[in-house]
Amino acid sequence: MRTIIFRTIAPYLAALMVLFSIFVLLRGHNEPGGGFIGGLIAASAFAIYGIACGVAAVRRAITLHPMTISAWGLFIAGLSGLPSLFLAQPFMTSQWWYVHAFGVEIPLSTPLFFDIGVYLVVVGSISSIALALEERESD
Amino acid sequence: MAATDSAVDLSQAMRLEPVLPADWLLVAPLIITILGGALCLMTRKNTAAQPKVAIIFLTLLVLACAGLLAHVLDKGVVTMVAGGWLPPFGIAFTVDALGATLALTSSIVALCAAVYGMTDVDNSGRRYGFYPFLLLLMTGVCGAFLTGDIFNLYVWFEVLLISSFGLLVLGNERAQLDGAVKYALLNIIATTLFLIATGLLYGILGTLNMADIAIKARGADANGPLMTVAVLYFLAFAMKAAAFPVNFWLPASYHTPRIVIAAVFAGLLTKVGVYALLRIFALLLPEARIALADIIALVAIATMLTGVLGALAQTDVRRLLGYLVISGIGSMLAGLAIGTTPALAGAIFYAVHSILVMTALYMAAGMMRALGGSYSLRELGGLYRASPAFAAVFLMLGFAVAGLPPFSGFWPKVILVDAALVGGHGWIAGSILVTGLLTTIAVGRVWIYAFWRGGPEGTADGQLVAFAVPAPSAVGANVWLPIGVLLGLVVLLGVQPEFMMQVSGRGASTLSEPMGYLRSVFGEVAR
Amino acid sequence: MEAALSILIGLFFAVATYLLMSRQLVRILLGIAILGNSVNLLIFTSGRLMREVPPVIPEAFQVPPGPIANPLPQALILTAIVISFSFFAFLLVLAFRAYQELGTDDTNEMRVAEPTGEASPPQGY
Repeated sequence: MRTIIFRTIAPYLAALMVLFSIFVLLRGHNEPGGGFIGGLIAASAFAIYGIACGVAAVRRAITLHPMTISAWGLFIAGLSGLPSLFLAQPFMTSQWWYVHAFGVEIPLSTPLFFDIGVYLVVVGSISSIALALEERESD
Repeated sequence: MAATDSAVDLSQAMRLEPVLPADWLLVAPLIITILGGALCLMTRKNTAAQPKVAIIFLTLLVLACAGLLAHVLDKGVVTMVAGGWLPPFGIAFTVDALGATLALTSSIVALCAAVYGMTDVDNSGRRYGFYPFLLLLMTGVCGAFLTGDIFNLYVWFEVLLISSFGLLVLGNERAQLDGAVKYALLNIIATTLFLIATGLLYGILGTLNMADIAIKARGADANGPLMTVAVLYFLAFAMKAAAFPVNFWLPASYHTPRIVIAAVFAGLLTKVGVYALLRIFALLLPEARIALADIIALVAIATMLTGVLGALAQTDVRRLLGYLVISGIGSMLAGLAIGTTPALAGAIFYAVHSILVMTALYMAAGMMRALGGSYSLRELGGLYRASPAFAAVFLMLGFAVAGLPPFSGFWPKVILVDAALVGGHGWIAGSILVTGLLTTIAVGRVWIYAFWRGGPEGTADGQLVAFAVPAPSAVGANVWLPIGVLLGLVVLLGVQPEFMMQVSGRGASTLSEPMGYLRSVFGEVAR
Repeated sequence: MEAALSILIGLFFAVATYLLMSRQLVRILLGIAILGNSVNLLIFTSGRLMREVPPVIPEAFQVPPGPIANPLPQALILTAIVISFSFFAFLLVLAFRAYQELGTDDTNEMRVAEPTGEASPPQGY
């Protein structure tokens, strides 16, 4: 698999896929997309990068251990259900903030943070499985 | 997209009345375990801090569950719908005395396991993720006890299943992989059957909310497709609960992981299956329960007897205890087969007793190993001299599991036998008593072999064999404390059973007269 | 349309059950993968079928303008797919590790946890 063409293209391809995955994540609330599918795209970006340039390069690139990324995602997703506690509303009731910056209205919401959490959980767990399998292959 | 859009009347879709902070106790167990599990997972490398974080969060969990039980006993059945969407559309968490009691008992057991694990799980096991998996397992267990939505129940089952896989292969030994293959395959088939039944149920009734199902199923034709669904549910949860003849994954796998993990599994996993059976057959599909009562009774009797006979035939203490877990499941199923309110109360009481005593017994087996260097009855011996106090503890736990007074196993058996005789099920009553006798023999044999005789097999009469003194850390406070706490609860429930009887009675009456449950979900409109 | 899908689901279940009864671990895994898919189809069909109207509310509306396909089975299936996908990934790794360690993928020969010639319990006191 480690042809020169693939090795040259893979970093750019992976970078593009991660960018696209964030786009998919952010458009997810009212249109098709969201954290899960975005996370899968990002995880496959890491998998491609791993196939081309080796698992060690991926682990260096993402700095944190994949399971730690998952843990952060779980934590964020768990926290995103809590703000409604202070407003006497049930668990996971969505809260919205409309932030105005640079002349654009940016809708921030707890579902968005939940989706970011899901994204991180999926990225972490799927890429940890994928990297473990790729590592074994190269032995 | 602002929520204040006047074109939409939100009260048609959402519950708008304010939620009291006390109602957040319903979801507190889930939040605590998820956040705690995430924190432990982040700090996996810090093996010294992990047990402390886990114990703090599990203590919070015990407090939250205790608060929840008090809240339920005070207010009756309570409901919170995630996101505020009106039931049956939102995912409801509906807690009655049954769910709250089991959640509290499970969280106590998990806390004990976390303390015991400080000794039993070494640094590599901690790095692998013992504590995160334990906390996430508790997410699944508590979620299953607290949810009021049948698909959500499936999700919690999967959460606890995937965490249990992680715990089961912790250490990666050959026997563990072998056990894990059987455990994983059979449990996945069981959850898939659960999902099939849920899909069919949705096709028939068009709802997934448990209270809504309970209402609609009472108006539906019980002998139609609903019967198929009921049989599928029974098969799926019988597999989960390790009822005969679909129980062979349990003795194949429970003796392979670290002993503290086996203790948690023996305490919690099968009981979640029993809980689901009680919930579905007593609350959701009562007519199917009546139609299947004879089959459930047969399964219950077979489970009790094959379990205890299997225990008599074992050499390995852990496998022997695994068969005793199965035997106990039979008694709980007997309560479901009889089906009257006292019988259901007996089954609930028995579940609480079984969670406590089976965990304690597995932990005691770990201590036997620490003292005697083996799990095999052929190689153990003379432990009485090593620690007379521990010999007494084991004997008490053995009497408790056999159902002798004054321990916690006695009262549920009394209730069950009484309910069986009142309901005219002499066979069930007889089987419970015979099982009790055989269980006494089984644990008595363990005690005589491992504790009372002078040394391992082949030691001549009257001769005492010297054995190595274990490291003090292996039998230190981290081991004594959890066993002591569990034993204390077992004795307390045996000597002062009134509170537990009252609680399980309330749980059972919610199952057989579900008006309070339905009203909690739908408000006063439910009729 | 429901009838055709029901027959297809039945076929899926038959294939899955056949594979599950095999001795080879790999075939059992394939059986579980097919079983998961057949359950997804079953849920999808249980929710009643409706073609060509995806359950997406257009930008200008607060409620769907006309009848739409039932979104609930799709949500259930998505959940079930995620779960069965992660389980399948775990099972693949587990089966591979078991094959490496135990040297066999025949479930009848996997007897490490339960050896055949195990010593019987002591007979006398």
